Amino acid sequence: MMNLTRASAIVLRQCYLMRGSPARVLPLFAWVAIDVVLWGFITRYFNTVVSSGFNFVPTLLGAVLLWDFCIRVMQGVTTAFLEDVWSRNFLNIFATPLSIAEYVTGLVLTSIATSCVGLIVMLVLATTVFGLSLFDYGLMLFLFLLVLFLFGIALGIVCSAMVLRFGPASEWFVWPIPAIISPFVGVFYPLSVLPEWMQYFSHLLSPSYVFEGMRMIISGGTAPKTMLLCGGSLAVMYILIACWVFARVYRHAVRTGLIARYSAETLS
Amino acid sequence: MSKVLSVKDLRKEYGDTIAVDSISFDVDRGEIVGLLGPNGAGKTTTINMILGVLEPSAGTIHIEGLDITTHRSQAIERTNFAAVYAPLPGNLTVFQNLRIFGLIYGVKNLSERIEALLKQFSLDAFRDVKCGVLSSGEQTRVCLAKAMLNSPHLLLLDEPTASLDPAKARDIRARIREFAGNGAGGVLWTSHNMYEIEEVCDRVLFLSKGKILLEGDPKALRSDYGKMTLEDLFIAVADEPTALGHE
Repeated sequence: MMNLTRASAIVLRQCYLMRGSPARVLPLFAWVAIDVVLWGFITRYFNTVVSSGFNFVPTLLGAVLLWDFCIRVMQGVTTAFLEDVWSRNFLNIFATPLSIAEYVTGLVLTSIATSCVGLIVMLVLATTVFGLSLFDYGLMLFLFLLVLFLFGIALGIVCSAMVLRFGPASEWFVWPIPAIISPFVGVFYPLSVLPEWMQYFSHLLSPSYVFEGMRMIISGGTAPKTMLLCGGSLAVMYILIACWVFARVYRHAVRTGLIARYSAETLS
Repeated sequence: MSKVLSVKDLRKEYGDTIAVDSISFDVDRGEIVGLLGPNGAGKTTTINMILGVLEPSAGTIHIEGLDITTHRSQAIERTNFAAVYAPLPGNLTVFQNLRIFGLIYGVKNLSERIEALLKQFSLDAFRDVKCGVLSSGEQTRVCLAKAMLNSPHLLLLDEPTASLDPAKARDIRARIREFAGNGAGGVLWTSHNMYEIEEVCDRVLFLSKGKILLEGDPKALRSDYGKMTLEDLFIAVADEPTALGHE
């Protein structure tokens, strides 16, 4: 049975770490703020050079905001996990009554808190400085954020499993993953511009449905509910798969002794 | 005395290498059992299996009757450990570390418990100091305080006094003896300090190449095998286990 007190210990650990560490607090909002400022000015420039009167702010800046939120969620999970890697704490943490479900729940709760900080900063900057109106998306904004949140959680859990399986050095595989995914999910362009083989992958990724829906709304239409339902269902499925993968990897680590000798990276 | 730990036919293989070879032993409540053996004998592997961070290839482990495989959380709730190779995160203070692990172990009246342990292990002055800047001896005491947080019924100590000065080591030994003497729990203790083992342990298990070669009262064992000290017996077991009549 899930013990939330144990899961909250993981959140508390992250709070303690952040309290005394600007190096951990700054990335929560600094990079997303820089992204919003950069894309804010780019969209302003595009608005001045394109004569059609098309407003790039909700399309491009909105897309940046949503995608950055998804990345923040993923990194929220992964970074909380990496704290145990960096402090060589696996033996201490996994030799406790803490179950894997409680540990992963702790990572997710941590990510909710940290990604909300980034989201708030992005929303304040994008609306006050660059005039992004959230009303442009209507109530669908909440669904967009929910789907991206679920996808980010799934990605974060898989990335954590990857580091657990392949050792501390594989951390460097984790950071570029959003950049690898972004061309497929059509953050800045409709999926129709992609070659057919890329579109197959796009339809398997839940953020694709969010960005397609967003563009439909901006162009005056509505995002079909079935489209977002599809994106949401895929995201939920990815979370279940991610949890299964993490549990499998953990079991492998317990069987091979990797948990106890993690710095060795591999025992096979 | 009731058993707090029961290990039966425990075995761990890594490919063709047998790290632990079908060992069986018990630890009773109030008893301190020394797990001795040369490097690579299988002591830490055994402890890791008891802690549930390493899956045995065969055999069973019961903590107060709870099978570690099927009732892991409940079994580990009654257990704790301190090991010289598992320091607590250096980027958290002593208090923060104890609070986090206290929550994980579900310790009641956690604040009072932490304050009591800080006093007991002379850590008051380091309460708000990050563990990473403490000396190795101080870190060891923090680990021991963590190990006592949940008043465990089974305490696993892997070379707990390895980095302590003689005075602190003696103090810690006295505390562990007191813990076991209260009858609250049993202790499985590994150490390479044979004088310490003889002073502290009620019973010892000599492990070599994954097998238990000898078992008994440390004082009685050395005389049984005609050795002046336990260290002499240890060296004899480590160098030539067959000389003692065991394969």
